[in-house]
Amino acid sequence: MKKRIATVSLAGCFGCHMSLLDIDERLLDLLQQVEFDRTPLNDLKRFTRHCDIGLVEGGCCNEENVYTLQEFRRNCDVLIAVGQCAVMGGLPVMRNAIMHSEDPLRECLETAYLNSDKIYNPSNRIPSDEALPLLLDKVYTLADVVKVDYQIPGCPPSGETLWNILEALLAGRPVELTYEQLRYD
Amino acid sequence: MPDNPYSNGGKMEKSVVSVCQRYANDRTRLLDILLDIQHELKGITPAAMEVVAQRTGITRVEVEGVVSFYAFLSSEIKGERMIRVCDDIIDRQKGGREIAQIFAQELGVAVGGNSADGRFSLEYTPFLGMSDQAPSVMINDTIFTALTREKARRICSRLREGAEPADLVERYGDGNNAHLLIRSEVTNNIRHAGEVLLNTLDANAGLIRSLGSQPQAILDELDKAGLAGRGGAGFPTGRKWRVAADTRADRSYIICNADEGEPGTFKDRVLLTERADLMIAGMTVAAYSVNSTAGIIYLRAEYAYLRPWLKSVLQHRREQGLLGRAILGREGFDFDIRIQMGAGAYICGEESALISSCEGLRGEPKNRPPFPVEAGYLGYPTIVDNVETFCCAARIMELGSAWFGSIGTGRSTGTKLFSVSGDCTYPGVYELPFGTSVQQLLKQVDAPDAAALLVGGPSGQMINMSQFERRLCLEDLPTGGSVMVFSKRRNLLEIVDQYLQFFIDESCGYCTPCRVGNVFLKKRIEKVRKGLCELEDMDYLKELGRTIAMTSRCGLGHTSPNLVLSTMQNFPLVYAVLLKEHGDGLQASFDIQSALEESRRLAKRRSMIYDPNYDEA
Repeated sequence: MKKRIATVSLAGCFGCHMSLLDIDERLLDLLQQVEFDRTPLNDLKRFTRHCDIGLVEGGCCNEENVYTLQEFRRNCDVLIAVGQCAVMGGLPVMRNAIMHSEDPLRECLETAYLNSDKIYNPSNRIPSDEALPLLLDKVYTLADVVKVDYQIPGCPPSGETLWNILEALLAGRPVELTYEQLRYD
Repeated sequence: MPDNPYSNGGKMEKSVVSVCQRYANDRTRLLDILLDIQHELKGITPAAMEVVAQRTGITRVEVEGVVSFYAFLSSEIKGERMIRVCDDIIDRQKGGREIAQIFAQELGVAVGGNSADGRFSLEYTPFLGMSDQAPSVMINDTIFTALTREKARRICSRLREGAEPADLVERYGDGNNAHLLIRSEVTNNIRHAGEVLLNTLDANAGLIRSLGSQPQAILDELDKAGLAGRGGAGFPTGRKWRVAADTRADRSYIICNADEGEPGTFKDRVLLTERADLMIAGMTVAAYSVNSTAGIIYLRAEYAYLRPWLKSVLQHRREQGLLGRAILGREGFDFDIRIQMGAGAYICGEESALISSCEGLRGEPKNRPPFPVEAGYLGYPTIVDNVETFCCAARIMELGSAWFGSIGTGRSTGTKLFSVSGDCTYPGVYELPFGTSVQQLLKQVDAPDAAALLVGGPSGQMINMSQFERRLCLEDLPTGGSVMVFSKRRNLLEIVDQYLQFFIDESCGYCTPCRVGNVFLKKRIEKVRKGLCELEDMDYLKELGRTIAMTSRCGLGHTSPNLVLSTMQNFPLVYAVLLKEHGDGLQASFDIQSALEESRRLAKRRSMIYDPNYDEA
């Protein structure tokens, strides 16, 4: 039986997904061994079945991220945090630095939408449509919200790294990464 | 109203300039300069820092760095009366926090603030060294012990009338505590005097005998006696002195570490009070053996009440020819000692941080090698030893290595002073041979319901009842002297939690494992206490604890995880009852409702996903 994989990008930039595509022709090898369930690569928006592996890019900055992540945890045996945002919060987590304010979330939104001279916002309003998920008080990493089985650092981790990890995982052997694959300077 | 240096710049500047001149504008005496300014002006304002910087030829930022490092220095102006309430766990258990509240109410001052009229300041301080007579409070330089509510109120009313703190002492303690130059209500609480240090003795016999022999012979004698450092690490003293003696340099220094800051340790307080002569004789022996001409006693700020006494002992010795030029008539042997006051920093008990502090720097540890014995104070070979170690050295020189070596165990020779506090009938100082079992000690202190024992302070180990057979010595349970007894009524995790906060506060911040790691440890312990952890959090604590211990730069980080690790090992059930397995893969510590609270308020709507009655809104 082919292993089932699901992927998603939460508060990320899809860079890690692009990196996955960087495994190039080995995608064909991968498809020999796995079947993709819910993933932006096939545009499936819901889980169709329980999965073996879940790859999650990005951290959690709003309620929809949390909901999706909890769904991934319930539906995947092995959950992998892919990339810096998923592991440590990445760029979005910079807003957690507004910690000494009385009202950090308001300060963050006002800086982003009202008080900067770099923005064009004639309505002078902070977006608050019902369709927009509510923001969390701060950005959380995946491991803050659910249990995570593996974390892959990197911004993004290279296609080579992702390939090595998936290959090892599917073959049931320990992952061995070279020094270069875990070096990011 | 206290002087405002901004509105009265001329006067401030005059005082600061005169303080700087007192120390010849020497930047290595910066700590003394700043302590004097703090004392005279009740604070070191940015304007005052500027003047100090100009006078001593360093930058203002360097001055600010030192001011911000030490708890007893402040950049804001404090009240004429600074009240520091000891907030160690033992003091807390004896009601220290209630006492602080009484001071707060009676004097109209919040903890951490000044009273409206600017006369009083109130603070918590991590450890005053009075666990055997807790709760304790320090008002300016005067110590008050065994406080009750009534006594605290009496003190407050006299303070409001404008009385000097020193005049509020109601009764004097025993021994030299009643001496004209100490006049303190601190009591010695010597419960058991052993044959090396606390029995009647002749303080100078060892020094006199030493001067009759070759320096080399002194080092041999110490080696043979097997004397190990008494501060906790247990490094062989003879070997330390020998390295200093063998290092070629123009001069060398002898420093006595009287900065006993390890919570639960107060035995040096007793030695400084009752055996000051012996300690200085020991320093003089060290000076003779390595040919040193200058020494420093680094006295912790909390023991400032002993300073006039120690100064007089030094002066008396100079007059007797036991210190100064040509000691005991021996031409060519000159040695003198100055007192360096500390300023409230636990880390300065670490020898290289202590040296930094003596040099007028932030009390940060130095890189090793070179070790202080090779390049220490001002770059010269420096011997740093504990008060008790110097006392032992003097006794060994008097009665010989065979006598000393016959007491104790193989690797831990001689007696050791233990300061015992907590849930026992007779807290105090016990001089017992190394190798005494915990059981024997507990019998003496009368602690029938002891359930846990913290040996060596928060940087030591918490042991359980099945380990009370263990022996107090370097081979088994080492301690610098601190032994805290806890009964079954005490919440061990609260103790762990509080001491992690202590390490977070006292970390110098130089290296990441210690600065950040201890915060992570505390966060996880808080999570355990709330019942939000699972078994795997124990692995996290263990791994993080080991990482901090292995990768930190100095002893503080090497030992700060000990309490977590030893309680996990020796009291697994205390943790186990708080762990819960959820099995749903979600983190129990993550609460989506509180994470959304702020957003709901700002967006003025509820969550479509997490509020079940969203539609009714």
